[in-house]
Amino acid sequence: MHEISKKDRMKIPRQPMPEQPGSERMKNFKEVNLGFTEELAKLEALRCIQCPKPVCIEGCPVGVKIQEFIQLVADGDFLGAAAKIKEDNVLPAICGRVCPQEEQCEIKCVIGKKGEPVAIGRLERFVADYERETVGIRTPEVKPKTGKKVAIVGSGPAGLSCAGDLIQMGHDVTVFEALHDIGGVLIYGIPEFRLPKTIVKAEVDALTALGVEFKTNAIIGMTDTVNELMENGYDAVFLAVGAGLPYFMNIPGENLNGVYSANEFLTRVNLMKAYRFPEYDTPVFNVKDKNVAVFGGGNTAMDAVRTSKRLGAKNAYIIYRRSEVEMPARKEEVHHAKEEGIEFILLTNPLEFIGDENGWLKAVKLQKMELGEPDASGRRRPVPIQGSEYILDIDMTVIAIGNGSNPIIQKTTPDLQFDKWGNILVDQNSMKTSKKGVFAGGDIVTGGATVILAMGAGRTASKAIDEFLKNSETW
Amino acid sequence: MHQIKHAEFLAPDVKKFVIHAPKIASKRKAGQFVIIRISEHGERIPLTIADSNSEEGTITIIVQGVGKTTKAINSLNTGDHFLDVVGPLGKASHIENFGTAVSIGGGVGTAIAFPTAVALKQAGNKTISIIGGRNKELVILENEMRHVVDEVYITTDDGSYGSKGLVTDKLKELIESGEKIDFVLAIGPIPMMRAVAETTRPYGIQTVVSLNPVMVDGTGMCGGCRATVDNKTVFVCVDGPEFDAHKVDFELLMKRNRTYIIEEKTSMHEYECKLEKAIEDVKKN
Repeated sequence: MHEISKKDRMKIPRQPMPEQPGSERMKNFKEVNLGFTEELAKLEALRCIQCPKPVCIEGCPVGVKIQEFIQLVADGDFLGAAAKIKEDNVLPAICGRVCPQEEQCEIKCVIGKKGEPVAIGRLERFVADYERETVGIRTPEVKPKTGKKVAIVGSGPAGLSCAGDLIQMGHDVTVFEALHDIGGVLIYGIPEFRLPKTIVKAEVDALTALGVEFKTNAIIGMTDTVNELMENGYDAVFLAVGAGLPYFMNIPGENLNGVYSANEFLTRVNLMKAYRFPEYDTPVFNVKDKNVAVFGGGNTAMDAVRTSKRLGAKNAYIIYRRSEVEMPARKEEVHHAKEEGIEFILLTNPLEFIGDENGWLKAVKLQKMELGEPDASGRRRPVPIQGSEYILDIDMTVIAIGNGSNPIIQKTTPDLQFDKWGNILVDQNSMKTSKKGVFAGGDIVTGGATVILAMGAGRTASKAIDEFLKNSETW
Repeated sequence: MHQIKHAEFLAPDVKKFVIHAPKIASKRKAGQFVIIRISEHGERIPLTIADSNSEEGTITIIVQGVGKTTKAINSLNTGDHFLDVVGPLGKASHIENFGTAVSIGGGVGTAIAFPTAVALKQAGNKTISIIGGRNKELVILENEMRHVVDEVYITTDDGSYGSKGLVTDKLKELIESGEKIDFVLAIGPIPMMRAVAETTRPYGIQTVVSLNPVMVDGTGMCGGCRATVDNKTVFVCVDGPEFDAHKVDFELLMKRNRTYIIEEKTSMHEYECKLEKAIEDVKKN
C-alpha cells in the first residue's frame, strides 16, 4: 500500500463519516457519528501526501503532529498513532469529535486546495477510539516529581489540557470543579449525541491515572478564594472557569415559564439527565408534540434545537437574525440539524415573548431582517424590516446567544485585572494575569469560543506555569 | 460524601440535619445557602444554612418534605450521607445596626431567618422575632430564637398556640403600638412574604425577603433562578437570595415556581409507589 504514488493518493475521495440515519437518530440520544472502520481510516490516511512542511499543524491550536500520526494510521500502527497524538493532545477522542477542524487544520490542508481536505478530525477520533476500545487509554510517561503544586480552577477543556501537561512535567495538580461532575462544558453543555459522556469520563480517568487530583463541588471564590489557594500551598493557579453567565435578550416576556437559557436547558438534559426523567429526578419542560424555538446560530443553538427534537418536539425552529452564511455553527452541525427536520427561520429577530394568564409561554412576536453594511465582526449587520412583524406560536424557547463572564472570581479576587466585559486580562504568550502566580485561559479570557481554543490556552499556560515554577522570582 | 452527624424531626415533615462540611462551616455567613444532592439520580436543590459550628465542622439545614427530593432527604437519619453538598452560595445578609429589627419566619422559613436574626442581634439591634405556623406543631425553633433575640411572638392560623392569626397581624399590631421598627426580614411562603411587604410598605420600613426559586447549579451559570426585582431581571443565586421586599415581583416568582408542577407530581407519585412497594415487600418477608 505504501508504494502508492502521490497522484494515486490524490485520486482517493474523502471518506464519509458513517452515521445514524436522520430519521432514526432524532428519536434517540445515541451518538450521531459512528466513526471510521479500520479500512476507512487507512484509506483516508493514504490521502495525506506527507508534505515536507506540513501546514496543517499551523492550524492546530495545540500543535498535534498531524502528518506523523496520519502516516502511522496508513501503516496500520493505530496505537502508535494514538501515542503520537497524545504527545500534544491529552483529549483526542473529545477533540476528534468537537473541534471545528474545517476552520483549523483541515482548512490548511494542501489536498483541500483542489479537492476536499484530508479528514484529520475523523482520523484523530478513530485513533483515540481504537486505543480506548482495544487496549484502553495508555498513559504517557511522567517526569520525576518537582514538589511544586498547581491549582487549576475549572475542569473544562482549558483546565483538563493544562492539567494533562503539568502532571507530565512532574508537578502536582489539583483541579477544582464547581459542579458534581468533571468536564465542564463537555459534560453540561455538549449533548450525548455529539459527545458521549462515557468518552469524557474515559479521558478524565486517564488524567486521574496520571495522578491529577479532582475536587468536585468546589467553587473557587466561595469555598476557597484564589488567595486562600495560594496561602494553602499552591505555587501557581490557573483560572479556567469558562464563560458561565448566560446572556438574555432583554425583551418583554423573557421570564415566562418555558423560556430557558441554553445553559439551563442543556444542563438539565446533559448533566442532570432530564431526558431520562423520571428515572432521574431533574425535570425539563415536556416538549412532546409542542413547538420549540431556539434563538441563535452557533453550535450551542444547534445542540439545543436537536436536543428538543429528540425530546419529542413537533416543530423545532432555529431562529437567527442573520442569514445561514453568517451562522457561527459548524457546517456539519447545521447539516445534521437539517437532516433531523429542524426548520431554519433566518433573518428574523424576536421582539417579545407572549404568555398566558398563568405565566406560560404561548407565542413569540418576530420581525424580519435584511442584511446591511458589515459591522465590527465583519459580518453584514441585520437591519429590521418595518411592518414585517408576525406571531409564531411556540411552547418553549431556548436563548442561545452566548455567555458573559461569571462574576464570582472577579468579586472575590480584588487584585486581578479584568476588561469591561469581565474577562480576565492576560499576556497572550504566557496566559499570565496581573496577579503573580495566577494564570488564566479559555472562555474566561476570550469570551465564548471553542473547545480546542480553550485547550490551546491551557497548553500555552502549562508551558508558562512550568517556567514560572522553575523561576518564581520573575513575573 | 457528607455524613449526617445528627438528624431529628422538629415538626411533622420538618427535619433538622447537622452535616459534616468543615469547609462550608468555616466560611458561611448568615443568609447563604448550599446546594445538595442525595443520589446519582438526584436533583440539585438549594437549602439555606440555618446554623454552623466551625469547631465541629458542621452545618445545619432544616428541610420541609414537600416533594420527592425533600421527602427522600427527610428519610435519611443520623449516620447516613449526602452525596454532594456545595457552598456556601449566594450573598451574605446585609447586617448593620438598624435600631430595632424584626425577623419574621413562616413555617420552615423560621430556620432560614434564624442565622440572620442572630447576626442582627450581634450587630447591636434590638431584635424581635415573629414565628408563624399553621398550627402549634408547625412552630419551630422557638427555644433557639428565645435564647437569641429580645422578644419572641408566636402566631398560628388556628390559634392552637400563641396568638390566632397571621404573622402580619402581629407585625401590624407592633407597628401600630408605636414600636419604632427600622428593619424587617421576612422569610416563608411567597404569599406571606408578599403580605409582609405590603404591611410595611405604607410605613416605609426597610424590608428584606429571601427568595426560593428553582435552581440548578447555584453559581449563575444557568439563569434558571431568575426573578424580577425593581423591574430588572436578577439571578437569585448570585445576586441574592435576599432582596428589597418592596421591589420584588412576587407574582412572577410564584408562577415560575409552578414550572414543574406536573413533573413534581409524577416524581412524587413514583416515589410513593416505590415506598408502598418497599413496605409491602418488608411485610411479606
